[in-house]
Amino acid sequence: MPESSELRMVVCIKQVPKAEQLKIDPVKKTLVREGVESEINPSDLHALEMALQLKDKHGGSLLALSMGPPRFIQALETAIGMGADEGILLSDRALGGSDTLPTSHALSKAVEHLGDFDIIFCGEETTDSSTGHVGPGMAANLDLPQLTYVVEVEVRDGHVRAKRAVEDGFEVWETTLPLVITVNHGCNHPREPTLLGKIKARTIGIIDDVNADDVGLDKEKIGLSGSPTVVDKIETVELPDRSGRIYSGEAREAVTKLLDDLEAEGII
Amino acid sequence: MSRAKKSKGVMVFIEFRRDHIRRGSIQLIGEGRRIADILGVKLSGALLGHGVKKYAKEAIQYGLDKVHLVEHPILASYAASPYSKVMVELVEKYKPEIMLLAATKNGRELGGRFYVHLQTGLAADCTAFRVSKGKNLVMIRPAFGGKSLAHIMCKKTRPQMATARPNVFTEPERDPKRKGRIIKENVKLGPEDVDAKMVQFIAHMEDEATRLADADVIVAGGHGIRKADTFGTLQELADVLGGTVGGSRKVVDLRWLSKDRQVGQTGKTVRPNVYVAIGISGAVQHLAGMQESEKIVAINNDPEAEIFKIADFGIVGDLFEIVPEMIRQIKERRPAKEPT
Repeated sequence: MPESSELRMVVCIKQVPKAEQLKIDPVKKTLVREGVESEINPSDLHALEMALQLKDKHGGSLLALSMGPPRFIQALETAIGMGADEGILLSDRALGGSDTLPTSHALSKAVEHLGDFDIIFCGEETTDSSTGHVGPGMAANLDLPQLTYVVEVEVRDGHVRAKRAVEDGFEVWETTLPLVITVNHGCNHPREPTLLGKIKARTIGIIDDVNADDVGLDKEKIGLSGSPTVVDKIETVELPDRSGRIYSGEAREAVTKLLDDLEAEGII
Repeated sequence: MSRAKKSKGVMVFIEFRRDHIRRGSIQLIGEGRRIADILGVKLSGALLGHGVKKYAKEAIQYGLDKVHLVEHPILASYAASPYSKVMVELVEKYKPEIMLLAATKNGRELGGRFYVHLQTGLAADCTAFRVSKGKNLVMIRPAFGGKSLAHIMCKKTRPQMATARPNVFTEPERDPKRKGRIIKENVKLGPEDVDAKMVQFIAHMEDEATRLADADVIVAGGHGIRKADTFGTLQELADVLGGTVGGSRKVVDLRWLSKDRQVGQTGKTVRPNVYVAIGISGAVQHLAGMQESEKIVAINNDPEAEIFKIADFGIVGDLFEIVPEMIRQIKERRPAKEPT
């Protein structure tokens, strides 16, 4: 009798501002957010790709889950376009202002509400908050093993073998299902959404939304009241005034001038 | 943990790697000392492992008042779950008002796990700390790829937790005469606390990670270099300047360069004396990793490239002409110093 090696997986994704479009208003010295497009968090694409590769190999299902306002549906559509089977948006005013503690709590409750999963995937961090807390936070909430900065994973008979990127090399880890995996940025080539996928993403019922009550969240534990940290203020980075001696024109001349400058500074 | 009136002291997680205390932890002892002195409280270290007492003595010499030494075979090598369990016990027992970890990969994932059990606030990857008038910790960290700095505070709960970016804080002096207490802690750990095991470690060819962090000169390549081979030329420039090669996320994603040489938000933060950015446009996430370099030199054929806004010196032109010309002229300028 063939063993079912099918995997039930969920990938937690977030929609973020396109970082390279963010600029500082030179007069007000504040971040200009208007007119900045948003995109699915880049690391989440790598997480989706890793999950989809496992689905290609083992079969099973992949759910894309996101916590945020209604416009986060765009990220869920991208996920389904790539091959996720369905999307869930956890959206509720009461969740507004959540720091990473209630965020990982809320996502964990949503995951529990949605059923048993073999693997919960997250990207290593977002480009806007860049904390990297949600993956480990969910593992703590759900009392699951966590493997972070994973570049490769294999599953066999409920056993997991994963390669983890650390500062001085790679570590190979072994554990068993279920677990939480955060995926190292840049470890794979995320596939493009397909035409069929995009059509599927627009199908009624493929993306559903749930709110705090649906998932059984205690309102005190979410949003601003459930967040131990607050952002006291945001300051624009004051970078040192750079002298900006930029040359152009004929290569040899330009290089001579540049090297004269560098020599004068004691750099060469 | 709600704010216990008795929360006192600053605790630093002492991380070791292979056979030495990690530099991020040493730097954090220095910064922790500064914060503890402002608050007028003690600075302790949490050291978990097996056969690691020598690190306890060394850590004290960098500025700790005491070390909580937790030794157990299960802790011999870092693993998230048992380490998290022990840290929760230590923090609940000693109630520090501040708990700091170096923002290494392990530090970030460990902090990110046990802060949940403590139901407290955690600020990630901080680059500066201040103490407010109300004696709260102000945890300062880059946001939006480094264009902004967020000041995070955790007033309602204790401990205030933060991970701190390595190579930002100055390493403290080691005082071989400094004495402190080593407190042996007992913990109950068993196979049920182990949920994952490291079975193999594959080291990078050279310790590139350290090299980039220590480099006085970094020659970095971006997408503008057009192909992987161009790194050969960049390496030549690095050689004549006595530097190390690095690169942007794009070239790493394209596999033209290994990930350990990536500079930027999801790569390394570097502060060399000279950063030569070649074919790098200057995307926000890249700048986040190098904008505090002493001097920045930019070579790019786009005069509008963001990188020129933060460069001290640069050339607008074709890097395929300019870089070889640079190598040639630098060699010309110092013939006497060329090794034979």
